Amino acid sequence: MRITRTVAGRSRRAAVLATTGLTVPALLLTGCSSDSDSSGSTGPDANGNITLTVADFGQFGYKEAGLFAKYHELHPNITIKEDVTADEKIYYPKLLQQLNSGSGLADVQGIEVGRIKEIADTKADSFVDLGKVIDVDDWVSWKAKQATAPSGAVIGAGTDIGPMSLCYNTELFKKAGLPTDRAEVAKKVEGGWEDYIKLGEEYKKKAPAGTYFMDSASAMFNAVVSSNAEQYYDESGKPIYKESPSVQQGWDLAAEVASKKLSQGLAQFDTNTWVPALRKGTIATVACPAWMAGQISANAGEGNKGKWDITTAPGATAANWGGSFLTVPKSGKNVEEAGKLVKWLTAPEQQAAVFKAIGVFPSNKGAYELPDVKNAKLPYFNDAPIGQIYADEAKSIPEAVLGPKDGVIKDTISTQITNMEQRGTSPDKAWKAATDAIDKAIG
Amino acid sequence: MATSTPTPDAYAPPPGGSPHASARSGRQTWRSRLWRFDDKASPYAYIAPFFLVFGAFGLYPLLYTGWIALHRVEMTGLNQMEWAGWDNFDEILHDAEFWTAVTNTFLIGVMSTVPQLLVALGLAHLLNYRLRASTFWRTVVLTPYATSVASAALVFALVFRADGGLLNWVLHFAGLGDTNWANGHWTSKIAISVIVIWRWTGYNALIYLAAMQAVPADLYEAASLDGASRWQQFRKVTIPSLRPTILFTIVISTIGSMQLFGEPLLLEGGRLGATGGNENQYETLSLYLYNYGWNLGHLGPAAAVAWAMLALLLIIAAVNRLIGRFVRTSAV
Repeated sequence: MRITRTVAGRSRRAAVLATTGLTVPALLLTGCSSDSDSSGSTGPDANGNITLTVADFGQFGYKEAGLFAKYHELHPNITIKEDVTADEKIYYPKLLQQLNSGSGLADVQGIEVGRIKEIADTKADSFVDLGKVIDVDDWVSWKAKQATAPSGAVIGAGTDIGPMSLCYNTELFKKAGLPTDRAEVAKKVEGGWEDYIKLGEEYKKKAPAGTYFMDSASAMFNAVVSSNAEQYYDESGKPIYKESPSVQQGWDLAAEVASKKLSQGLAQFDTNTWVPALRKGTIATVACPAWMAGQISANAGEGNKGKWDITTAPGATAANWGGSFLTVPKSGKNVEEAGKLVKWLTAPEQQAAVFKAIGVFPSNKGAYELPDVKNAKLPYFNDAPIGQIYADEAKSIPEAVLGPKDGVIKDTISTQITNMEQRGTSPDKAWKAATDAIDKAIG
Repeated sequence: MATSTPTPDAYAPPPGGSPHASARSGRQTWRSRLWRFDDKASPYAYIAPFFLVFGAFGLYPLLYTGWIALHRVEMTGLNQMEWAGWDNFDEILHDAEFWTAVTNTFLIGVMSTVPQLLVALGLAHLLNYRLRASTFWRTVVLTPYATSVASAALVFALVFRADGGLLNWVLHFAGLGDTNWANGHWTSKIAISVIVIWRWTGYNALIYLAAMQAVPADLYEAASLDGASRWQQFRKVTIPSLRPTILFTIVISTIGSMQLFGEPLLLEGGRLGATGGNENQYETLSLYLYNYGWNLGHLGPAAAVAWAMLALLLIIAAVNRLIGRFVRTSAV
């Protein structure tokens, strides 16, 4: 058959061609530009109502303390939407990607202390200088320094800090013939972490079957390192974790715990092992920064209420482990309102409310004198006077030198400590594995 | 069918025509040229959308990844690229963890592909019989494939859990004691292989089934007349007829196991999942890439890993071809 073509036929073809040619790039363009990310910042609507988005991870406690609802009451035109990522290790890479692409960022972004230095060093330009919005002298002295960029801008407002204590299971202590009173336990370990290990050996002699003195030696390692000013980096920003005395001390103690089999060797926060262990009550002690108490009560559950107690850390160690910051990315559509929200959330009254709700300890000094903090007792922990325990300690915490890869270094060493505990890896081999991995990470 | 291209002769000017006529014919040749151009060019325009999309989302990322692999780039500063040449490749090739990942990927690949394809063949053979409600069985076989990796991996993570996992519970009752599945070097690989086998066996079985149904029935008839048993028929008729299909499934499974990512990541999840266990005992190449790029933030070496994976696939394909050629010549 011979196809006879008419002018109409040709123009139809041209039309088809033209539409395909036009629609394909159009599809590509819309595919790239449409912002499907729900956490992205948007401007005010026609009535001047604003929705502020807050992206954070784990447990910041604002929802638990009812603070977002309260802010909406105070400012009826502002609604707050929180986007929580459970695992910080998933949250942070996503944040970096959003910072790189400049889209999808919330009005307020939370950042963990192990990451703040990296952000302050490399991404400070993307964030608002909160030093101009908030009086940073209100915080414990070192908190503002942690979030200060080389340019002098303070990019993060301190939320909480993690003063160290010791959480212990009184029921297991009783069964093992150890004292259960706070002051007596504190006295047993007043000589420091060596005493703590001795107490562990004592516990092991009469311990109920299937229980362990501590959950993980890496927790003790963290507690030891956190009590020193010099940790993984020196003042000039050079990584010194291989020579650092605090790392060395923590590592040796962890190796001792592993060889004496005093710990269950669990990866902390692991939902498959650590959480069930708390629920079943197989762990006698946990090195306990303030926020850890919330983790214990949430994971051990109502069934273990009243069995736990809190006392001062071995050797009355003053250490800070963890704590986060709130930042305001410049790309947001409501930068000014976001700054006001951050200022309000980190003010003494609000930090005290969060402490009351979930036990994360204020970084704002003004909060320490408030009754919600000063007289705080945790019912779950036998009414332990945590306000007093932590506020006393917060004053003497050393000013730690932070480095960009603190979080990664800590995690990598923790993994190798777990290998020593669980697999009986020799300390030398584990240390080599840790340093190899860290060198690669620091790159 | 005739082509639609008009022959030049059809529009040739009549000899000795008037000037007016020749002008018309000149216009006609111009038109015919345009028509011919249209005929030749428009097919390309029709297939262009695919190539545009492929170029944007396939070729460009591939080449850009190669470009990144030759630079020092950090997740924290994507704009600062520093020429590194061969350094990134040198770094990963001298990294013991890379070779662990290669070994793991290979082992898990073999441990999952071989049983998976054997079981799929058997299943397809069974489904090929006259069955009551055969459509139902065929659908059931495909169900695991339709579930998402994430949900399958999460369910199996519960099965293989060290503490209170279903499997350990059963083993405990059988008096075999319990195992920390994710923690062991072999047990973790077995666990991951089981997830892969569970998910993909039905998919392969259906491919085999389709191929089996294309085998002429007279072959079986002749075989049974010759007194061949079912097993002999399967071996001597079905398998040889399925050879190209089997090759296809092997290629697909090899690519699939090279990209194995979700199952190991979710077996333990969290920090341990991202590094393939605390001794990298089940870290695959994709996980290694992910960890390098997203957890450590070094995009250069991560891109180098991607290219190394491509190179490995090409090597496997070449070896596969050689073996195929060897088998064919020796079979004759």
